[in-house]
Amino acid sequence: MVPVIEVKGLKKYFPTPRGLLHAVDDVTLTIERGKTLGVVGESGCGKSTLGRTIIHLQESTGGQIFLEGKDITHVRGKELREARERMQIIFQDPYSSLDPRQTVDATIREPLVVSKRYKKNEIDDATAALMEYVGIDARLRMSYPHELDGGRRQRVGIARALALNPDFVVCDEPVSALDVSIQAQVLNLLKKLQQDRGLTYMFVTHDMSVVRHISDDICVMYLGQVVEKCPSRELFKNPLHPYTKALLSAIPSVDIHHPNKREILKGEITSPIDPKPGCRFAARCPFATEACHQPQKQEEVSTGHFVRCCRVHELG
Amino acid sequence: MSEQNKNAGAPFLDVKDLVVEYYSDGKVIHAVNGVNLTLERGKTLGLVGETGAGKTTIAKSILRILPDVGAKVAGGTITLDGQDLLGLPEHEMRKIRGNKISMIFQDPMTALNPVQTVGDQIAEAVRLHNGGNKGEAEERAEEMLKMVGISADRYHEYPHQFSGGMKQRVVIAIALACNPDLLLADEPTTALDVTIQAQVLDLIGELRKKYNTAMLLITHDMGVVATTCDNVAVIYAGNIIEYGSKEQIFDHPSHPYTIGLFGAIPSMSEDEEWLHPIDGLPPDPAALPEGCAFHPRCPYATEECRKQPIAMQTTSDGHQCRCCHIQQVAKGE
Repeated sequence: MVPVIEVKGLKKYFPTPRGLLHAVDDVTLTIERGKTLGVVGESGCGKSTLGRTIIHLQESTGGQIFLEGKDITHVRGKELREARERMQIIFQDPYSSLDPRQTVDATIREPLVVSKRYKKNEIDDATAALMEYVGIDARLRMSYPHELDGGRRQRVGIARALALNPDFVVCDEPVSALDVSIQAQVLNLLKKLQQDRGLTYMFVTHDMSVVRHISDDICVMYLGQVVEKCPSRELFKNPLHPYTKALLSAIPSVDIHHPNKREILKGEITSPIDPKPGCRFAARCPFATEACHQPQKQEEVSTGHFVRCCRVHELG
Repeated sequence: MSEQNKNAGAPFLDVKDLVVEYYSDGKVIHAVNGVNLTLERGKTLGLVGETGAGKTTIAKSILRILPDVGAKVAGGTITLDGQDLLGLPEHEMRKIRGNKISMIFQDPMTALNPVQTVGDQIAEAVRLHNGGNKGEAEERAEEMLKMVGISADRYHEYPHQFSGGMKQRVVIAIALACNPDLLLADEPTTALDVTIQAQVLDLIGELRKKYNTAMLLITHDMGVVATTCDNVAVIYAGNIIEYGSKEQIFDHPSHPYTIGLFGAIPSMSEDEEWLHPIDGLPPDPAALPEGCAFHPRCPYATEECRKQPIAMQTTSDGHQCRCCHIQQVAKGE
C-alpha cells in the first residue's frame, strides 16, 4: 500500500543574522493510512516545523514530500491548493488559532466556502453535521471564541480542520493547553474520528503519556533530526538512543512508590544555527566519544526500529 | 528532611478562610471560597486543579498582585512568618515581593520585558534586591542562565529570539536569582520539555534544600506533584476539596473529583483503547451550583450533595476530604 505521507531527506532551514538555523535536517519518514505517527522532542527541536513543512505551510529547503505517492514538494497554484485541502492542521493553542471576530459557525464554514465546491444549503448542512460530530452543542453556533472554554474551542479547531475531509491531519500539541479531564475528552474524540474516517495523523507533542496513548509509531527528534523511530510500544519497552532514554527517565511518574530513576541531562542544548556535523546530542550525551563528532547515519537496528547513534550496539 | 521552623508553633505561611471575588458586568465571580492552607519552611505544597479553579488567584492574593479594580479579597487572613500580609502598607509589601516571596508565572510571553535583554532582566532582579555592583549582578545572571540550561552567550539576546520553553526558563532564572523564602510557582514547568523539566525541578529542589525555601506549586500535572511535593491540596471551583500528604492523596484519593483526575491521565504502563474523562465541564464561577460544586459531574451525587455546602470530613487514613459520601466512594458503590 502506498503510504499517505512519505518524506525523504526533508530539510527546512531558516536564515538568521548569525547563520542558517537547521530547524528540520534530513528527516525521512512514512505514515500509513489510518495510522498515527507521534513526534516528540524538546521545544525548538523542529517537531512543529516538520509538521508545518510537510503540509506546505512553509516551503521546504530540501528533500521530497509525497502525498499518496505523488511528489508534492514543489507544487504550485491549483495543485498546491488541492494538496492543502487534503492535509490539515489542528493547532496547539485554541485561544490564538481561532479568529476572535468569527462565530463558531463562520469558522467551521469558511473552508467549505473557500473551496467553492459546495452550494449554500450543502454548506449549511455540512457545518451543522460537523458541529454535532465533534460534540459542539448547536446552541453555540453563533458564539464567539471568547465565550467558549478551551476544550470547546479545540473542538471548533478540529471541526474546521475536518471540514474538507482531509486524508492527513497534523495535530500540533492539540491537547497541551487543556486540563486533563478535558484532554481525555479531546483525545477520545480524535481517536474516534480517526477510526470513523480512516484519518492519518502526525501527532506532535511533548507529553510522553499522551504520545504513548495515541501513537502507532513514534519519532524522537533532537535539534532538527530524528534520533530514534519505532513502534510506540517498542520505544517505551526498549529505548536505544541515549536521548530517548534520558527523555523517558525524565517523565515524572505518578507512582510515588516506584519513582523513575532519573538521569538528569547535564550540559546545554547546542545551537541549531550552523550545527557541527556530528551527533547533535553529543554535547549532552554521557556516552559521547570521538566517533560521535562524525556525521551519524540512521540505522535499522531491528525490524522497524531506527536509531541514529554510532554507539547503539555497544550501549545496547 | 529540612530544618525545623524557627518560629515554632505558627506555620510559616498560613492562609485562613481566604475569600476572593472578581466583579464583572455586575456579576460577582466567586473565585476563591474560604480556602485554608498552611506551609512550613522548606516544604512544598502542591495546589492541583483545573483551569479556573482559583489556583492562580490564591497565589496572587498572597503576593497581593490582584488587580486594584474588579477584584477583592473579601475575607480571610494571610500570614507569612508571623507577619500579616494583607494588612501591610504597599511600600512594605514591595520589599517582600521578589525578595522574600517571588513568583514564577505561567505565561512566559507576558512575564518578560520584550525590549530588554534576558541577561539584563535577570541582573536587574539581582541588583534590586541583593545590591552589589553591575559586574557581580551580571555574573550571577550568567550563572542563572546556565543553571536553567541556556548558554551564557545568549545573555544579550531579547525574549523574542527565544522559544516559549526557553523564555520560561528565563522567568524561572529571574525568580530563583534572589533565593526567596517562599516561591509561588504557577505551572512553572508546564511549557517545558521533560528533560528540562527534570533539570528545573531538580534545581528547585536543590534550592529548597539549600535555602530552606517553602514552595507553593500550582500545577495540573500529577507526575510533577508526585516527584516534588510534600503535601497536596486539590482545588475545585475555588474550594479545597481534598487535602493531605502526598502519600495520602496518591494512595487513597477519596474525593470523586480527585479519583476522576487520576483516571483521566493516560497510563504509562497499561494499554487502553479509550481514556476516562470526567463528564461535563467545570462550573461557571459566576453561577456556582448549590451545595457541592462538583455534584453536576459526580457519579455519586445524591439529594444531600445538592442541598448545602459540604463540610470537610476526615478520611480513614486521616486526611481531609470535602465529600459527604466518602464511604460509598471508597467502596466504589
